[in-house]
Amino acid sequence: MTAPILEARALEAFYGAVQVVFGVDFLVEDGGVTTLLGANGAGKTTILRAISAMIRRAGRIDFRGAPMAARATEDVARLGVAHVPDGRGTFTDLTVEENLRLGAYIRKDRNAVKADFERVFAYFPRLAERRRQQAGTLSGGEQQMLAIARALLLRPSLLLLDEPSFGLAPLIVADIFKILRAINQTDRVSLLIVEQNANLALDLADRAYLIETGRVVIGGPAATIRNDDSVRRAYLGY
Amino acid sequence: MVEFLHQFASGLALGGVYAITALALVMIYQATHLVNFAQGEMAMFSTYFAWKLIDSGTPYWLAFVATVLVSFVAGLLIQRFIVRPFARAPILASVIVFIGLAFIFNAMAGWLYGYTIQSFDSPFPGRPWFGNVYMSAHESGAVLVTFAVLALVYGFFRFTPLGLAMRASAQNPVSSRLVGIRVGWMLAIGWGLAAAIGSVAGMMAAPIVYLDPNMMSGILLYSFAGAVLGGIDNPWGAVLGGFVVGVLENLVGAYLVGAEVKLSVALVIIVGVLVVRPSGLFGRRIVARV
Repeated sequence: MTAPILEARALEAFYGAVQVVFGVDFLVEDGGVTTLLGANGAGKTTILRAISAMIRRAGRIDFRGAPMAARATEDVARLGVAHVPDGRGTFTDLTVEENLRLGAYIRKDRNAVKADFERVFAYFPRLAERRRQQAGTLSGGEQQMLAIARALLLRPSLLLLDEPSFGLAPLIVADIFKILRAINQTDRVSLLIVEQNANLALDLADRAYLIETGRVVIGGPAATIRNDDSVRRAYLGY
Repeated sequence: MVEFLHQFASGLALGGVYAITALALVMIYQATHLVNFAQGEMAMFSTYFAWKLIDSGTPYWLAFVATVLVSFVAGLLIQRFIVRPFARAPILASVIVFIGLAFIFNAMAGWLYGYTIQSFDSPFPGRPWFGNVYMSAHESGAVLVTFAVLALVYGFFRFTPLGLAMRASAQNPVSSRLVGIRVGWMLAIGWGLAAAIGSVAGMMAAPIVYLDPNMMSGILLYSFAGAVLGGIDNPWGAVLGGFVVGVLENLVGAYLVGAEVKLSVALVIIVGVLVVRPSGLFGRRIVARV
């Protein structure tokens, strides 16, 4: 078995002096999908931010079996870890195409970038239609698609997604999760998804962790979590 | 009428200088929301550098290119070593740093080159071009150089990946880092570009206003007026504002108030715009939700 692509051990994270995450352990299998579940304010977003070195962290993060040395956000991205942030992080004043070109900013392999443009336009035909449009004028769902497409153009080996379903209509959410599955299975991108919509996330994930006030309450194979009675009652609502 | 057109045309020439200085101000403002009060003195210092090169026998255009490049590097280093440590400090601290920089450059120029006013040769031939009777050769040349600079800056930001990354960093530094852009360096390059553009403004202004350590103080004020008039967050508005202020300054100076008090025109414009339309003619009005 190959090493997990990402493994956090006793990970702590801070906003300034305030500690928000208190020693969590979790892993993302190489080629796998892990989801972090939990209520608002549990610290899920903070964990993603800690991985991307956007905030101060302590503890250990292994990437491909070795400690992640990157200490700056841009270096984490350059390792091949793309992050779809909460709020989508759209460059609102730039065009859709410029947003996408920024996604591929660090890549030098021009022909492969061109091919990847075609690939993301195949996933998200709406973006192709609107490539000259100012990105800030897109709808919420389209901006979410743009954020995922931008992240894919980095050609990541690991994709961090912060609430990809947030604020979107159910049909669009289903669409986006279908594409995420394809990204995972066809393009072999490992995913770490933070979600409040537990049903949706557990469908896609092979591992799941339930986060509460900055700690892992329970974690393991997604099927186990799904069948755990207390989780089901508290978070899945049946 | 001829006199009026003459005043109008020479207003355009100095207006070009204001326009590119305003552009330099806007570039730094967009990235940091701070106005670099040392922009003028940096340009003045660059102009002395060019003057020294030309004085020691360097051909004009070689000295021009060398000055632009050296100014770029100097601007970059100033950002890395002097401005950057204050990135997280309160705005007032940065403002004081900029004002301090202005004094330092002013005093250094006086100390190194003296306070006597020097003439600075124009690279353009003595005779007016194409029978253009309204502008001197230098004025026409300065306008051409202005447009060349504007075209280059536009091309850089519009068509190069680095220009795109700089626009992205100014707009959304967090997302920029997430796609791997080294935002800190983009800021430094922005300072380098602003310093380089400013040096061109200085070299174009010097044959008109003559070279002395205080040559840019008035120009910076007019440029700031231009930037405020056009909208400090809109590069093209600022450029247009610079030209408008140049022309207005000349006309008002010639017909209304006389040359002695025409600097107050800039102040009237600044105050007037801030009272009537704080975002400038083309600026974006920012409505903050409280």
